[in-house]
Amino acid sequence: MHELVDRSLKDEEFEEREDDDMLICRCEEITKGEIRRAVHDGMYTMAEIRRYLRCTMGLCQGQTCAKLVKGIVAKELGVSPDKLEPATSRSPMRPTEMYIIANEEK
Amino acid sequence: MITADTIVVGAGIIGNAIAYYLAKKGQKVIVLEKSDNIGDGGSSRNGGGVRQSGRDPRELPLAMYGIKNLWPYLSEELGTEVEYYKKGNLRLGKTEKHKEILTGLTNRAVACGLDVRMIDAYEVRQINPFLSEEVSCASWCETDGHANPLLATLAYYKAARRLGVRFITGEEVLSLKKLRGRLRQVITAHDIYEADNIVLANGIAARDLAAYVGIDIPMSSALLECLVTEAEPRMFEQMLGTAEADFYGHQSKHGSFVIGGSSGLEAVNKDNGTPINSSITAACIARGIIKYIPKLSHAKIVRTWAGWMDRMVDGVPVIDKVDEVEGLYLACGFSGHGFGIAPAVGLNMANLVLGENLTCDISGLAYNRFAAKA
Repeated sequence: MHELVDRSLKDEEFEEREDDDMLICRCEEITKGEIRRAVHDGMYTMAEIRRYLRCTMGLCQGQTCAKLVKGIVAKELGVSPDKLEPATSRSPMRPTEMYIIANEEK
Repeated sequence: MITADTIVVGAGIIGNAIAYYLAKKGQKVIVLEKSDNIGDGGSSRNGGGVRQSGRDPRELPLAMYGIKNLWPYLSEELGTEVEYYKKGNLRLGKTEKHKEILTGLTNRAVACGLDVRMIDAYEVRQINPFLSEEVSCASWCETDGHANPLLATLAYYKAARRLGVRFITGEEVLSLKKLRGRLRQVITAHDIYEADNIVLANGIAARDLAAYVGIDIPMSSALLECLVTEAEPRMFEQMLGTAEADFYGHQSKHGSFVIGGSSGLEAVNKDNGTPINSSITAACIARGIIKYIPKLSHAKIVRTWAGWMDRMVDGVPVIDKVDEVEGLYLACGFSGHGFGIAPAVGLNMANLVLGENLTCDISGLAYNRFAAKA
């Protein structure tokens, strides 16, 4: 479902917090502060957040931190987390070596 | 009703760049995007090539201008690191036939003033020691490179937003309307927007919109696929491609290899209305990579994805002001190679809208160049 969202600049300074150094995405080493700042810079969806920061795009493909990231983004935007579409899951299910994917022989 | 100086339809890297350069010159700009996400089409689904070699001479001036004047300073200008590497492009060949294809491409580019040349197996391996022994020749353009398309697209968005551009997502444009003889209104499900200038930078969907004011741009869509590996130790910094276009890609700053390619069945791929991977293409890309870079056969693929390109009937975009519909501008049909020229397109389209001098000759990209057989 598409929802109308006006991305106009909000008249608020970014406010640093004490726990901004907390690591949220372990694969790509992204902190809570980086995620909060990305929302402030206009990244409003889970897809934009991951394209901008790489969080949820590492080895675990977000299976560890996607929910945590979503919670932080929702809080920054002031909406309920279930209002945010998850970013698209992509194949393969688990990291797979190139020669295995390449082999089409039966 | 909401008004602006210029309305840009489409928040991909082309639309975002146009909005950025217009706002920088003081225009009040609104960008309307159908998707919930900024840059959800080809802008975040491409291989990240910033190259001049292998390009059609009609769009080569944009590629050359951007690489000389815009890309090297883009991270600084936009305030976001776009991971631009100007480390050259190797287009690889293994057979005599490949050599013929590459030599033809090279000669045409040299004639346009591009610094590209054919090199032999020895020199190829001097540049990139990880390539298969079978690689016997390549075209080499030292000033080509690559950047991160996800970041570059969002960097233009972020910078434009800071300059006051109003981006609205989830806002699909349904039709265009003239008022007193000139294009003036953009109609969506939620509102009516009005502006002096309306720029269509929304890919394949620009065809249906332009039709509301009697203009037809002959594009069709085709599905392309990409894959990305986990981070690998640093191997090489060039952009790679092949004579037969088996694959194209690079190692990103992050260490992962981002590689695109095709199965040859793109034009007839089945989809259900979303750009979805076919089951055969990733395998085909992987075989291509292993043939040229055997060392990557054990690299783990973490993700694959697909995206539509807006393929113009003659393979190059339309970047133009429409004479018979005052107020209408077109930047669409990039045919799978719009990313590298996006900054130059943005700058020149902004200049076109403002009636200022262009920095590049884009006369080969006119909207009225399409004619039926005589």
